[in-house]
Amino acid sequence: MSTFTQEMLDSMKLVEATRAERLHKELPRFSAEEKDKLLKEFHPDYSAKGFTVLSTGPSKGSKVPNELAVLLEGKSRLEGVKVDLGRIDYETDVLVIGGGGAGAAAAIEAHNGGAGVLVVTKLRMGEANTMMAEGGIQAADKANDSPVTHYLDAMGGGHYKNIPDLLEELVENGPLAIEWLSRLGVLFDKEADGTMVTTHGGGTSRKRMHACKDVTGAEIMRVLRDEVQNLGIPVLDYAPAIELIKDTEGKAAGAVLLDLDSNELLVVRARTVILATGGAGRLHYQGFPTSNHYGATADGLVLAYRAGARLIYADAIQYHPTGVAFPAQIYGALVTEKVRSVGAQLVNSKGVAFMNPLETRDVAAASIIRECTARGNGVKALDGVALWLDTPMIDMLHGAGTIEKRIPGMLRMYQKFGIDLRKEPILVYPTLHYQNGGILINKDAETEIPDLFVAGEAVGGIHGTNRLMGNSLLDIIVFGRIAGEKAAARAKTVTHGALSLDHVAAFATEREAAGIHTETLSPKLLPTYTHGRKTR
Amino acid sequence: MEEMVHVTLLGKRYTVPASLTIMDAMEYAGFKLIRGCGCRSGFCGACAVVYRMLGKTEIKVALACQTKVEEGMCVGRLESYPVNKRRYNVDELSRDENIVGHLYPEIYSCIGCNTCTKGCPQGLNVMQYIAAAQRGNYKKCAELSFDCVGCNICASRCPAQITHSAVGLLARRLTAKYIEPPCAHLEERVAEIKSGRFDADLAKLKALPAEALQTMYNARVIEK
Repeated sequence: MSTFTQEMLDSMKLVEATRAERLHKELPRFSAEEKDKLLKEFHPDYSAKGFTVLSTGPSKGSKVPNELAVLLEGKSRLEGVKVDLGRIDYETDVLVIGGGGAGAAAAIEAHNGGAGVLVVTKLRMGEANTMMAEGGIQAADKANDSPVTHYLDAMGGGHYKNIPDLLEELVENGPLAIEWLSRLGVLFDKEADGTMVTTHGGGTSRKRMHACKDVTGAEIMRVLRDEVQNLGIPVLDYAPAIELIKDTEGKAAGAVLLDLDSNELLVVRARTVILATGGAGRLHYQGFPTSNHYGATADGLVLAYRAGARLIYADAIQYHPTGVAFPAQIYGALVTEKVRSVGAQLVNSKGVAFMNPLETRDVAAASIIRECTARGNGVKALDGVALWLDTPMIDMLHGAGTIEKRIPGMLRMYQKFGIDLRKEPILVYPTLHYQNGGILINKDAETEIPDLFVAGEAVGGIHGTNRLMGNSLLDIIVFGRIAGEKAAARAKTVTHGALSLDHVAAFATEREAAGIHTETLSPKLLPTYTHGRKTR
Repeated sequence: MEEMVHVTLLGKRYTVPASLTIMDAMEYAGFKLIRGCGCRSGFCGACAVVYRMLGKTEIKVALACQTKVEEGMCVGRLESYPVNKRRYNVDELSRDENIVGHLYPEIYSCIGCNTCTKGCPQGLNVMQYIAAAQRGNYKKCAELSFDCVGCNICASRCPAQITHSAVGLLARRLTAKYIEPPCAHLEERVAEIKSGRFDADLAKLKALPAEALQTMYNARVIEK
């Protein structure tokens, strides 16, 4: 019950016609000059109209996506609201804001460090981008590899903008993270003798991508969530933080939460705070669809920014080259990079494989956009154009059953909509996937605001301006653990003055002075969708 | 003209485009989703719904983000199903004992009705993985339950009151930690890192300017 249009089916025939000839062909990689040109001309980050220069706040003068600027310079949900900071609803040593992979890892390590921990989350623990990460987690743990090689790969991928201290932490802690996860009972793909099954990802020079079939993030997330429950760490669902609380000395000392059920404000006093609020895909920069979960609205960036923390590379967005372009029900969802790492080529409407499928994500996305726009070699799909990802090649290259074994999640996702990717190629187009930049931290995961730590996608600098596949699942574990450990240790010695929300009022004044009078409330918390509804 | 269908969402009737998923149809109808909506891509299990077609007896189950609306669908939600997860210390488990049976003795009350399997939106053979757990074959249980999203539709329908997702998760953690062979190259590398073997080389790289790094990057030998 394939639902492809006639135009798609006609183009698919051309893809099938060239498949045998393309099967064992080594496709050339772009030169450094070609990559530069491609990015400048076709990557959405280089579109001038997509960005705004911030006119207020700690990163004043920096360029950020329009949709983020509106929120960073938005109106606090507490403006004009009287919050009684003398009435404490929750008191804890370490407050973890966010229930994804970084938040869970931080909570576990803070608990192991002897601290009392409270996790608060906007949705429920695990309803997060970690759960949706498919491809894998990088770690240099094989004999032909080393953290040094991993460092160089990530630096090149990140356009040499990665903060060296942060990248060093990432790569050196990589194998330790895999060991930690294995001990917790994460089921990695292994050979019979215990050797990890590892593959390439875009931009890697060694096969260091570890995977749990093609649901690596889900496997990690459900184990971490289970462990948080085993340890008895309290988790408050549907209670997003809407402002940080500082003390009179300017240190982070808690947060104001909005209970989404009661609509009441809750005050949490904490000795240290860890922001693990994740990404921003649901802001739909430049109108792109997103692979992100429902709550990915950059809340943590807004909170930290208002409290005085600088952002870094907030204008560097990752468009995953292969988002679902068809069918409509899964539009924007991710087709894992693993599909390319196990052999599928990107093919245009005429059946031509126009690029090496393992270029880095930014280059691959720009190349796909060029092929569809300037070169006019796209296939019409829904409201736009798309290209083929030639999935039947995988079983032809590695034997029947490979798809079922290595990318069962993808197989199942498409089967629900009547497409068998073992027999038919699939249509893809770049989707808004990851926030490369974020809040500036040091190697202890601490921000410029004392006692405020950040881990996960809300952090900026680890990946430069372009993250490699598999380095995000790694960073949530590495920096989640560091943040948890450091925040717990700090909580033992820190002393705080009286609680204060003066920074919120000060930001409002600064906003006024900069001539910003928008009524948009931030953080956004959740997007609104109407799916074309005009009347109800 | 877009094809429309008539559906009942949480007890109210709406006319919605036939191309939408149940989740999107709820938003089209004007619900602002807070609960019962997570990843919107079929991974997180937040959006389990129960439905029956108008006038029909049969109860069906689905993930709202992965299922298209159909004419006559009457949809209710399963937004928070109470599960009975048992707490345990993962470091103190042992593969040799009947640990899953001790923690989840209700698995032996399975009457083999197969309702769990019929209700799984992931198409997993849920009853078979519970049977594997009963036999102490945790590796099999892990394998069969691997793609579980924890929506707990199976648990909501089980006459033996089993929390299948928790059983599968325990079996997977046991398998990974105690049954799969340990990884020698990982242990070696962890020891090397702890001994500081890479520190000097990393320090050297960290000190290099972008141009020098770029030269090294462009000269990388890429593993075949």
